[in-house]
Amino acid sequence: MTRRPDAPSEPLASFAKKDLVDIGSLTRPEIQLVLDTAESMREINQRTIKKVPTLRGKLVANLFFEASTRTRFSFEIAERRLSADSISFSAAGSSVSKGETLLDTARNLMAMKPDAIVIRHQASGAPHFLARNLPCAVVNAGDGTHAHPTQALLDAFTMRRAKGRLEGLRVAICGDVLHSRVARSNVELLTKVGAEVTLAGPRTLLPVAVERTGARVVTRIEDAVDGADVVMMLRVQKERGGGLGFPNDREYFELFGLTPERRRLAKKDAIVMHPGPMNRGVEIDSSVADGPDSVILDQVEAGVAVRMAVLYLLIGASGDE
Amino acid sequence: MGEAAGTYKKVRLIDATGMQRIFARMARELVETVGGAETFALVGIRTRGVPLAQRLALEVERADGTRPPVGLLDITLYRDDLSTVASSPVLKRTEISFPVEAKTIVLCDDVLFTGRTVRAAIDAILDFGRPRRILLAVLVDRGRRELPIEAQFVGKRVSTSATEIVSVTFRETDGHDDVWLLDREAARPVRKRKAAPKGDGPRKGAPARRAAGPEASPAPRRKAAAGAPRRKAPRSGPKRRS
Repeated sequence: MTRRPDAPSEPLASFAKKDLVDIGSLTRPEIQLVLDTAESMREINQRTIKKVPTLRGKLVANLFFEASTRTRFSFEIAERRLSADSISFSAAGSSVSKGETLLDTARNLMAMKPDAIVIRHQASGAPHFLARNLPCAVVNAGDGTHAHPTQALLDAFTMRRAKGRLEGLRVAICGDVLHSRVARSNVELLTKVGAEVTLAGPRTLLPVAVERTGARVVTRIEDAVDGADVVMMLRVQKERGGGLGFPNDREYFELFGLTPERRRLAKKDAIVMHPGPMNRGVEIDSSVADGPDSVILDQVEAGVAVRMAVLYLLIGASGDE
Repeated sequence: MGEAAGTYKKVRLIDATGMQRIFARMARELVETVGGAETFALVGIRTRGVPLAQRLALEVERADGTRPPVGLLDITLYRDDLSTVASSPVLKRTEISFPVEAKTIVLCDDVLFTGRTVRAAIDAILDFGRPRRILLAVLVDRGRRELPIEAQFVGKRVSTSATEIVSVTFRETDGHDDVWLLDREAARPVRKRKAAPKGDGPRKGAPARRAAGPEASPAPRRKAAAGAPRRKAPRSGPKRRS
């Protein structure tokens, strides 16, 4: 049968988790299982009829307390492709704007018996809070500056497809690391599967004790990109105060933007990634973002497959012990 | 424990030479019924429908000169009993690299039992397009259908009881070609249960399941009996499909 390049030494027979709230709670074989399952889901997305009946009769509630385009669409498409019923809600236009607490909102939703809740929230830890308090599966779709596990999984999926492996890959993650849940989850996942991660950004946008993540930390983007297999650029998160870390966009681009010249420092066959939304001309030059090495749109495509995999693994079976 | 906990070997249904003969015969029947290899495609249902499809393709080539395309199908996402198993089964890849539109698709599986797997496979194939027709080839038809499904090409028909298990092994997946009828220890007549020698004894020549090594082939698939408790599948071990 087909052998995958980085097949786990001990293939998992099942995925025994109620929730997906962060990468830290996943073991390496569990990560492999999600990525392998996503490969099967990717095949569905290339068929004429991109739908399977797997989650028929299951209800997924998408709670988006914070703005999102990609992640929300991606989850909704994943739910539909698996034939789950889904309801989506955004903070504006819901009872949250009338002062209802998160737990009350969630308990009321529970009364409608969803099988899973997908939540994005501006407060770090909100998904953990729901996971502890609700009997259904909880999937973290990004919480504050804490974690974005499905993004890290889809990034790993994209890297593995492009490079054929994750172990030993040299990955540079550059930009506003301080506010980035994407960076946090990616560092956690990549170090877990044996990739070498280098974080780069202005000192003002690197978190305190960032070295403890297990990643190499540099303050010159050139040092990170040099010899890298993967260059991942992060968005400057102005809504969280990322713009306060440097004088102006122009200077940031001069010192930390991914220009074609800086791209050439990486390996010849390196790939360029960005979790989106991009600030063109701030952290990345348009010619690089749209260049031949860019896999930014592959990441979006991978998002649907990975989220299908996560939903299938969490609520595909009854879960009764 | 032995080959499969709680079971014993009852009788060998087909040996390796017998299997080879059957593949050749089925291939001839295929070509006679469906026409040349260019008019149809074989689709093997994971896991042990795949080696059957590959063997049939080889035999068709031998008989007709052209080898029909072979696709692989994982029907897990189409199962009707997913909500009764404890954890989501591991998915394998589906690979159908040819257009099914207007073609004759011959589904291949090792054992035809309740018909539920075939129902799932038909649904899966229809998501790839509209074939001219769908036919079914199986190595063993053990009866006891729960859906109105029939196979057009059958290697061997056997009537079985609800407690019996048909165990098919292939060279490609298990190291050797063999078909055995197993039964549960619990169903064994009391008078026959005398001084069962320890160890291999009656299980001599048992297919070596989990042949060592992490990449060892999956356990031989068994079509578990309909009456058997199917809820709460075991965390590991043989996957029970109906």
